[in-house]
Amino acid sequence: MKKNNLLRAVALFPFLIWIILLIVVPVILIAYYGLTNADGVFSLDNFRQFFQPNYLRVFGRSLYLALLATVICLLVGYPIAMILAGNTFKRKTLLVVLLIAPMWMNFLLRTYAWLTLLEGNGVFNTILQSLGLPKQAFLGNVNAVVFGMVYNFLPYMIFPIYTSISKIPKNIIEAAKDLGGGNVICFFRIILPLSVPGILSGVTMVFVPGVTTFVISQFLGSGKITLIGDIIEQQFMHAGNWGFGAAISIIVMIAVVLCMWLVNRFSDDSEVIMP
Amino acid sequence: MKKIALLLCLVLCFSVFSGCSNSGKTVLRVYNWGEYIDESVIKEFEKRFPDIRVQYETYTDNEIMYTKITNSSTKYDVLIPSDYMIERLIGENMLAPLNFDNIPNYSLIDNKYKNLDFDPENKYSVPYMWGTLGILYDKTKVHEEHFTWEMLFDGKYANSILMKKDMRDALGVSLKSLGYSFNSVDAGELNAAKDRLSAQKNNVLAYVNDDGMDKMIAGEAPMALMYSGDAAYCISENDNLAFAIPEDGSNLFFDSMVIPANSEHKDAAEKFINFMCEKEIAEKNANEIGYSTPHTGVYEALPAEVKNSFAYPETDILEKAEIYKYLGEEITSMYERVWSEFQASL
Repeated sequence: MKKNNLLRAVALFPFLIWIILLIVVPVILIAYYGLTNADGVFSLDNFRQFFQPNYLRVFGRSLYLALLATVICLLVGYPIAMILAGNTFKRKTLLVVLLIAPMWMNFLLRTYAWLTLLEGNGVFNTILQSLGLPKQAFLGNVNAVVFGMVYNFLPYMIFPIYTSISKIPKNIIEAAKDLGGGNVICFFRIILPLSVPGILSGVTMVFVPGVTTFVISQFLGSGKITLIGDIIEQQFMHAGNWGFGAAISIIVMIAVVLCMWLVNRFSDDSEVIMP
Repeated sequence: MKKIALLLCLVLCFSVFSGCSNSGKTVLRVYNWGEYIDESVIKEFEKRFPDIRVQYETYTDNEIMYTKITNSSTKYDVLIPSDYMIERLIGENMLAPLNFDNIPNYSLIDNKYKNLDFDPENKYSVPYMWGTLGILYDKTKVHEEHFTWEMLFDGKYANSILMKKDMRDALGVSLKSLGYSFNSVDAGELNAAKDRLSAQKNNVLAYVNDDGMDKMIAGEAPMALMYSGDAAYCISENDNLAFAIPEDGSNLFFDSMVIPANSEHKDAAEKFINFMCEKEIAEKNANEIGYSTPHTGVYEALPAEVKNSFAYPETDILEKAEIYKYLGEEITSMYERVWSEFQASL
């Protein structure tokens, strides 16, 4: 028993160091910067600066666009996850490879590649023109930003859901069908409730990076759609105003944690439906 | 306290990686604008001085460079900032006075680029390149007789402009278009400039840095706010493009090589600066990046069509142009605040 504990401690040690160095220390530093002014004295000025219409509007937009991207990812991703988990589709391996392959490429590069495709004289517009259709302005609007989020984060929605669906024992579904449940009832009463943990991780893994992204809005939004991540990046990289940047980061963290708490609460309630 | 906490954190991170960079060579950290050197020159320098290895990094604007050198524990050896930023760094005692005995090639630089306002006794900087701010446009899409900054805000150019995402440049042209100075220190004027930039959004196709060059070369946009050197490069790649320096007065800028006060390899840094002032090297750089050279010999060897181009504008244009000044801590933070409010308005 003791030996096991020791082993566990040794195995955990690198992870612990990792967590402390790269998560705990930075969070403490951010809290410190956010709650002090330029002279290092405690102050809430950085937070006060945030609460003006411009910044709140940007924050609201970030939450809204991330939510939109999450809903789209869920609607698109769930069926794909079901196909992956089911037996009817024969080329599952190919599908998995197709879903994972883009992730082997750098995130920046992947997003940058879409620029070439969607530009005014880009690949899509060239095709449109050769078909005699008018050029479209794909970039520089909200749609492009949401598209970028869905494209980049979709696999993070699919795989957790896929995992939780494939863990559902087949005999439960068979039992439901024996008892006269059709496919629809089976889906809503068995598969959906049992895949809630997967949905939750999927939603988290899409929503959180969606709220905080700044690369996607800069590339695909042409810098015309400012998200809260852009403001934070600007305060740290450009304005050198770490206090304000840190304060916004804290506000975003609190908002994200609140959202996740709400989602989790909702899911606890939903388990009541389960027999 | 701030610094100590940060330092501790960085030291911890760095101690993990530092093992691999020490191979007995001096590591010279050069921090320059992006797309602002012929990179083969760095290789040549390393060949000439085999005991020095150059670690080359780039930034997209002066402010990013400033944030990095003031907050990071990395000690750079050579920086190439612009006029007003050099003035700021000198004022904050962040630059080391140069030993010009180690930079004999300094004598090859034309005297009219020495002792400029940002470094009046020329103790800290050696001119690298200079240029102007103007409008790069597509001759097939823009037909104007007179170019003014007003054009960038003209309603007829909806979704047409690639606008620089640089605080001083963007606010500067907005100020100038309103008839104010590039160096305005007035809160009312700045706010008016900010509102004008926000309203300009409909005219803007994209907010860009160096990526604007590729877009212009690809014919993506009718016009872009651009530095003269970048414009020269774009024009060399796409014949439809032309550059205009607005008649109401441009910004004239000088980028010079300096050594930070905390550099640990000042000798090597001076060798590098001296090397960059050699005629062949300065020529390579000027040819590659298209900016205007302060080097007498390089200028004289230029073909007549370059000498007569916008890269070396006539005296009256230069006299009308303003050089950015460092406006002091208080005004600079006002600029920063206005700039981030503008960003939040998009």
